[in-house]
Amino acid sequence: MQKRVFFTHRFLPYWLIAPQIAVTLVFFYWPASQAVWQSFLLEDAFGLSSTFVGFENYRTLFSDASYYQTILTTLVFATAVTLISLSAALLLAVQADKPLRGATAYRTLLIWPYAVAPAVAGVLWLFMFHPSLGVVARGLRHLGIAWNPMLDGDHAMILVVLAAAWKQISYNFLFFLAGLQAIPKSIIEAAAIDGARPARRFWTIVFPLLSPTTFFLLVVNIVYAFFDTFGIIDAMTGGGPAKATETLVYKVFADGRLGGDLGGSAAQSVVLMIIVIGLTAIQFRYIERKVTY
Amino acid sequence: MVEHSRFRTVTAHAILWIGIAIVAFPVYMAFIGSTHEASVIANGQMPLTPGPLFVENYYRTIFIGSSGSTREPVSTMLLNSLVMALSIACGKIAISIISAYAIVYFRFPFRMTAFWIIFVTLMLPVEVRIYPTYKIAADLHLLDSYAGLALPLIASATATLLFRQFFMTVPDELVEASRIDGAGPFRFFKDTLLPLSRTNMAALFVILFIYGWNQYLWPLLITTRDDMQTIVIGIRKMITTADALTEWQIVMATAMLAMLPPVAVVVVMQRLFVRGLVETEK
Repeated sequence: MQKRVFFTHRFLPYWLIAPQIAVTLVFFYWPASQAVWQSFLLEDAFGLSSTFVGFENYRTLFSDASYYQTILTTLVFATAVTLISLSAALLLAVQADKPLRGATAYRTLLIWPYAVAPAVAGVLWLFMFHPSLGVVARGLRHLGIAWNPMLDGDHAMILVVLAAAWKQISYNFLFFLAGLQAIPKSIIEAAAIDGARPARRFWTIVFPLLSPTTFFLLVVNIVYAFFDTFGIIDAMTGGGPAKATETLVYKVFADGRLGGDLGGSAAQSVVLMIIVIGLTAIQFRYIERKVTY
Repeated sequence: MVEHSRFRTVTAHAILWIGIAIVAFPVYMAFIGSTHEASVIANGQMPLTPGPLFVENYYRTIFIGSSGSTREPVSTMLLNSLVMALSIACGKIAISIISAYAIVYFRFPFRMTAFWIIFVTLMLPVEVRIYPTYKIAADLHLLDSYAGLALPLIASATATLLFRQFFMTVPDELVEASRIDGAGPFRFFKDTLLPLSRTNMAALFVILFIYGWNQYLWPLLITTRDDMQTIVIGIRKMITTADALTEWQIVMATAMLAMLPPVAVVVVMQRLFVRGLVETEK
């Protein structure tokens, strides 16, 4: 971690590192510690004074049935998004890994959704599935489905999952493709000589060899579904109808802004921080080991 | 691959084309929507082919704006987004490259403390500390300003770690050689290290530009004035809760314009983009 050769200078290194440390302290540590501190406070109804209440906010939070509902919603959402986008991306990556004409063009045509803002992705999908004017909604009605994500919580959930998965496919595709290209062709050829058919080769050789990539993407996708989908949900459903699409991050936002429940919102933030720390730790542990098969 | 069966190749092409079609369909519909009249869309009778109002709708979107809740023309929002994305990308690269330089090439008390202070921020995404950060920005009078949009998002552990990792691979002989030539730490940084880091900086820039352009939650909180809105926030505000008032043709034209710059960056600088994506995730 340290160079053998280095410079010695009394003040220069501090000047170099000062801007980053300053921004980090002011905009990361200070607010994070505020959140932790606030989670132990209870504000009165007018926000004029606050008293220290220990773990009261946490106790309220974890005795609230609606919080568990939100956790469940988040888990359903994250699982669905991860499964759909990972499997779609794997299917496409396996095809693109074959020696096809125009393989690079395919890659270009599949990776650009990464650049679409989550909120914009939400608006695009809302436009297609809007109950009164969407093109796809029109088709669904012809099929006899009473499609209305504005009123039906399940429909709303399906909609946000589709939009969130759509946006993540390109990312997963790129990493799967890189993972597939790193598998030595000789192994696959050897299996073919032994008489293994393509499907068998995929499940017994390619897929296990791909497991480090898959595991890495699993963690990244869960983090994405937890934290980076705020824009999608806010643009499409605003957490509704009846909180059917309210994830943990969205609830922090909604409770702090609408409810004015700063202590409760802060306690939720702290719970989220713990989740992020856990996920990051898993990610780093994995990176240390690198290969798991 | 081993087999060269015609059937398998055709299937692969077919699956890829279906995938591309599904991926592109929402954007195609947005484009179609942006070329029709408001009433055609509102009736739910929008056809699957472009309408006649392409020039008119885009002209109105860019220079006049929607008549709904946000009245700023989209050109203002595009400018705001551009300023924000560029300052986040350049700011992050600038402060992380110098801090990585200090951490790798100097020995000083509290070096590791500084490193860990930066490292831990990986675990504090803006979404989990949103209100306290907002309050601090308000106390510092950063609301409705470009500094407020960019500064809190500028510190990045990822960029610092990336540069650190890269500096560790730079041969020590280069430092020794430039020392013999009489260069101090400043000269070494400017004449040797910066030119070597060019590709890394460019790759990082592509990723960070997209990151900055697509920010949503933070600009949503920190901007109250219409003329400080970024385009991503502007779209959201054009969709009014009373459905009848939403001008969908303008919303869709704005969506197209909001996607254009980051998508163009990805497509044009594809190689740098892929490199940046893979390296920032290490």
